[in-house]
Amino acid sequence: MISVPELSLVVLVGVSGSGKSTFARRHFKPTQVISSDFCRGLVSDDENDQAATPAAFDLLHHIVGVRLARGLFTVVDATNVQYAARKSLIDLARRHDVLADAIVLDVPEEVAIERNAARPDRDFGPGVVIRQRKDLRRSLGKISNDGFRRVHVLRGPAEIDEAVITYEKAWSDKTELTGPFDIIGDVHGCRSELETLLRELGWRADGQGWRHPEGRTAVFVGDLVDRGPDTPGVLRLVMDMVEAGAAICVSGNHEQKLVRALNGRKVKVAHGLRESLDQLAAEPPEFVARAKAFMDGLLSHYRLDGGRLVVAHAGLKEEYHGRASGRVRAFALYGDTTGETDEYGLPVRYPWADEYRGRAMVVYGHTPTVRPEWVNNTICLDTGVVFGGHLTALRYPERQIVQVPAEKVWYEPAKPLSAAAGRDPGTLDINDVIGTRHVETRFGTRVKVMEQNAAAALEVMSRFSVDPRWLVYLPPTMAPPETSRLDGYLEHPHEAFEEFAAAGVREVVCEEKHMGSRAVAVVCRTPEVAAARFGVDGGSTGAVYTRTGRPFFADTAPLVERLREACEPLWAELGSDWVVLDCELLPWSAKAGELIRSQYASVGAAARAALPEAVAALEAAAGRGLGVGDLLDRARRRSGNAALFRDAYARYCWPTDGLEGVRLAPFQILACEGRATALEPHAWHLATLALLDSPLITATRHVFVTLDSPESRAEATAWWESMTAAGGEGMVVKPAAYTPGRVQPGVKVRGREYLRIIYGPDYTESLDVLRRRFLGKKRSLALREYTLGLEALSRLAEGEAGWRVHEPVFAVLALESEPVDPRL
Amino acid sequence: MLLTITTTARPATDLGFLLHKHPERVQEFGQSFGTATVFYPEAGEERCTAALMLEVDPIALVRSRGKNSPDFSLSQYVNDRPYAASSLLAVALADVFRTARAGRCKARPELPGTPLPLELRLPALPCRGGPELARRVFEPLGWEVDARPVPLDEGFPEWGESRYVGLTLRGTARLSDALNHLYVLLPVLDDGKHYWVAPDEVDKLIRAGGGWLGRHPERGLITRRYLGRRWALARTALSRLAELGDETEEELEPAVEEDAPAEVTASDEAAAAEAEAVAEAADAETADAGAADAGAADAGAADTEIADTEAANADAADGTDTADGTDTADGTDAAAGAGAAVEGPAPKARPLSTLRREAVVGRLEELGAVSVIDLGCGQGELVGALLARPRFARVAGMDVSPMALTIAARKLRLDRMPDAKRARLTLFQGSLTYTDKRLSGYDAAVLMEVVEHVDPPRLAALEQVVFGRAKPRHVLVTTPNIEHNVRYEFLTGLRHPDHRFEWTRAEFAGWATRVAAQYGYQVAFEPVGDDDPEVGPPTQMGVFTRDQRS
Repeated sequence: MISVPELSLVVLVGVSGSGKSTFARRHFKPTQVISSDFCRGLVSDDENDQAATPAAFDLLHHIVGVRLARGLFTVVDATNVQYAARKSLIDLARRHDVLADAIVLDVPEEVAIERNAARPDRDFGPGVVIRQRKDLRRSLGKISNDGFRRVHVLRGPAEIDEAVITYEKAWSDKTELTGPFDIIGDVHGCRSELETLLRELGWRADGQGWRHPEGRTAVFVGDLVDRGPDTPGVLRLVMDMVEAGAAICVSGNHEQKLVRALNGRKVKVAHGLRESLDQLAAEPPEFVARAKAFMDGLLSHYRLDGGRLVVAHAGLKEEYHGRASGRVRAFALYGDTTGETDEYGLPVRYPWADEYRGRAMVVYGHTPTVRPEWVNNTICLDTGVVFGGHLTALRYPERQIVQVPAEKVWYEPAKPLSAAAGRDPGTLDINDVIGTRHVETRFGTRVKVMEQNAAAALEVMSRFSVDPRWLVYLPPTMAPPETSRLDGYLEHPHEAFEEFAAAGVREVVCEEKHMGSRAVAVVCRTPEVAAARFGVDGGSTGAVYTRTGRPFFADTAPLVERLREACEPLWAELGSDWVVLDCELLPWSAKAGELIRSQYASVGAAARAALPEAVAALEAAAGRGLGVGDLLDRARRRSGNAALFRDAYARYCWPTDGLEGVRLAPFQILACEGRATALEPHAWHLATLALLDSPLITATRHVFVTLDSPESRAEATAWWESMTAAGGEGMVVKPAAYTPGRVQPGVKVRGREYLRIIYGPDYTESLDVLRRRFLGKKRSLALREYTLGLEALSRLAEGEAGWRVHEPVFAVLALESEPVDPRL
Repeated sequence: MLLTITTTARPATDLGFLLHKHPERVQEFGQSFGTATVFYPEAGEERCTAALMLEVDPIALVRSRGKNSPDFSLSQYVNDRPYAASSLLAVALADVFRTARAGRCKARPELPGTPLPLELRLPALPCRGGPELARRVFEPLGWEVDARPVPLDEGFPEWGESRYVGLTLRGTARLSDALNHLYVLLPVLDDGKHYWVAPDEVDKLIRAGGGWLGRHPERGLITRRYLGRRWALARTALSRLAELGDETEEELEPAVEEDAPAEVTASDEAAAAEAEAVAEAADAETADAGAADAGAADAGAADTEIADTEAANADAADGTDTADGTDTADGTDAAAGAGAAVEGPAPKARPLSTLRREAVVGRLEELGAVSVIDLGCGQGELVGALLARPRFARVAGMDVSPMALTIAARKLRLDRMPDAKRARLTLFQGSLTYTDKRLSGYDAAVLMEVVEHVDPPRLAALEQVVFGRAKPRHVLVTTPNIEHNVRYEFLTGLRHPDHRFEWTRAEFAGWATRVAAQYGYQVAFEPVGDDDPEVGPPTQMGVFTRDQRS
């Protein structure tokens, strides 16, 4: 019976012919076993080419390293009879904070020689085996000092044949415990506050100790001892709970040091150790022995709830979760120290949490702060109760903070508690966005972002976008419906209705498409909300930005201010102090003025200057009897089209002076506190937004259509026709309620005249050519971007870290840089 | 799309012989981008007018050729090409009137050599530079110019004038000359998103411009614009994003051209060199085949050529490159706007960019930096200068623009760089508002003319990324001194459209001092360029050095 850790490096040791490969085949998956012969073959085409040995081992180490980094159990099949070979593998395991076990296959020399002789691919003589065996014999005496966790020696073929491998879970693996948990910060001997907190959390003490009526489990993040008034009391309470199975506890650096002191080791008595030693001196020796054993046996971290929760005294970076090594323990106990000390003589800590990108929530203590704050899904619960602050608990999975104040200042802090420590600085890391990425969403799909698209998005994001803390959403692109076959039309509601009916949608909403610029508005009720919820200091209460994340005006503050006033009715209605709105900003010329002038108006100007002269020249030629009739007809028609084109764009332009004349047409409430409201039915959005009553706000006209009713469809079609005949851009048709799957979230049906702006003045002359348009890519992009947008809003609503919200938003921008026909 | 040519020579119908187009016929000529039709609205003894009408169907064009079209703007459906007398009209004219342009006429061999009273009319000529530029390019050729701006939209008088002029040229000239003038100058005035891909364009220019271009006072501008944009990179991801955001592409123009208007750039230099080649070819009565070939090679592999020049200069031990002694006559390009005069009045003065680079390199040497990262390296000028000095054992260039990095790699001749030198260099895309481990581990970081491109609310992120995380021992920051702007005669506003701000000396000092205190650095300030007693130097530099303890 050989027991090895679930995540470990197993090193087989044995001479050539000792049966390592056979053993490995029998006990492990083929992918788990990396053999030196195999690697030699890869780098030389000859498994026996000894000249290739250095290269083969380079490769072997590389493969093993990659596997261990990825957390995969790995077996090395090589002779490993020399210390140096084993040492390099142990070092490799240590570099990846993985334990290493050795399994020695010790067979008689003649057995090995005989086996080798029987193998046609082994052309070396018995001398090699004899030499290896000499090395092995020399090794066996001291192999236990190599640095393996355990060395399993199997003697003789019989023992080797009978061996059974079993796997041990890592000590830190308590993933089977799913809570719910009450995770409690550094107590430091404050027994009374601890009892108050437990009661606050709903725990009750009876004859059998502390219990929670709902069966919750307490988790202590360590530093139970030192500085405070009753270290023995705290120890007794926690030990009882742990022994009763009501609590688990990780070690803090103070327990570590106290154990050393109690063991009579020379330690500097400082930082409150004196108090513990004095208090324990008054306790019976049995208690001290029990406490010492308890503290000595504490592990440095636990993985809980299927790996979704990690508890360590000073936190733990993702690479160390579930790993075991000296430096993992040191990190968990002391944090990521830089080795330097600050002006108070305290160690300078590296802000590992700022860089944390793991999926597991990490809960820890160790660094006293005024307020517990979330940083990238990590939180520090040490609020300095012993220094007169609070004792803090986190309810998991509720993410709820429960605190009780200190009864008094029990111990003077060496330096004032820092308010800023741990505050999410909102910094994003380049690795959050660049390279080829897959963004996981909760809507059933993973969205791939190509490297070159991410590169384009990085430039636009860095140079032009609003502060990423405000950039919590970018709208998806929207496809038109299948091209209409009706004479004179490129787009018509009929195809939109057909599409949704075919997808099983019963009801759709048709919303007027305001011809302006798409705008996303983030609005907070107060600057304090902006600071607390979005981490934006400096008095800003929101932002309004374009569909590529650019600000609308040089200074959007006045617009935000007016929108904030307009949003007043929403706060109570939504039960939130902030809201994200999807809008259209009018007029088009407010943002697109330069585009309109340089492209649309220019084309119109050129047409109006050139066509009349062309018509005149052709008329003169026709007057002379030349056959230019067709040409003349065309020139006259194009002259008319040019006039219609000019009217089409001019309709969406009106002068604005500052904010005068600017209007916002919100049509969807994207998110508010705790809710990704984008998933609500459109009837809710339109009804809620109807509460807004302000000259800034323009309502969105709409009709609901029951798709199996021809009358209902006809009514909406007539509405669309009248709207577009009057110069309207058209309408957007959306499923009335969120519809998961491959159903477009909306399609736009644009009016005949409006499309001149898109396809050019004379597009009506070329409808047959234009009907050959390909919607597939646009529609696929629309779905992917929609999913990413919903994901971003969900992450935002649930209070996830800034980089988590940024990731899908950035991905939308990256996808938008895909080449796709911009006229669709 | 319409050109009329009228003559009042007698008999005026000789125009038909000259053009090889019968006045009583309507003739169509298929072009790759549409159809050209020649007809005569009038054909009398006293007055004869030939019309060339070009019908362009942008939809058919986009559909058939898409992004590979020779004319950039053809990828858009909403397009002035069907109406404006653009480079496409020049191409059609060259084809339809090929014989006339060559000055040949079999039937009446004496006619082509005879100057005629002519009137050329273009109702909608795209003219970047306005009527004034039209006069500047046509008047030296003997034309009486009537150029009237076309209003952008009568319904919105506040929008002003469009970029089109209605142009009438009157004068007495040989028809072949008149046609060649138009052939060369239509694309020049258009100067839209037009570029040529054919490597023989220089040949064409030399042939069409022979005899007049070499002496034209605007020959620099004409050559440069004719040969089109250097960054002939087809529609980029950026331009797509511009469209989505209701912006024009220019508004997202990559920052790589940052210094282009202000200082002599490689492309200007190359263009100037080409102009000289043209002038020489024209001056020597017989076209110098060698020079023409050289020119053609330039156009065909323009970027490579520039790269060679740049890299050679960067290799030069003293590190001063490009502009010294280059004729900056191109400064007369009105369309380049305020830029041309920005960097000071003395035409032969060493460009500020050179002074700045020298100041930075000199400072880095004094600081004893061995590894240097240029944050916002643009086209890699500083990186090249650092690589030229072996003392800089590790040099990195980071920029947010993939296009800038592509150009930098080309200019530095990355693919041909010797291994030993290549091993010292790293180029990568990154952003100053995202923390990045790759920025760590250098003795010094340089932010040369970078901070002013960052929106003020994002500066805190930049500070965190550079001073908080990357934490090099030294950070060199240069930025314009806005006080000095009054010394630039034609400058209105900031020095570059992408500048989000420019600082006074006091503002820069305030920012730098605050950042230094916050992140544990000491900072010293140095002027770069002529330190004006009143308004200070054009560029200010802050040299940050990390405190030993932090």
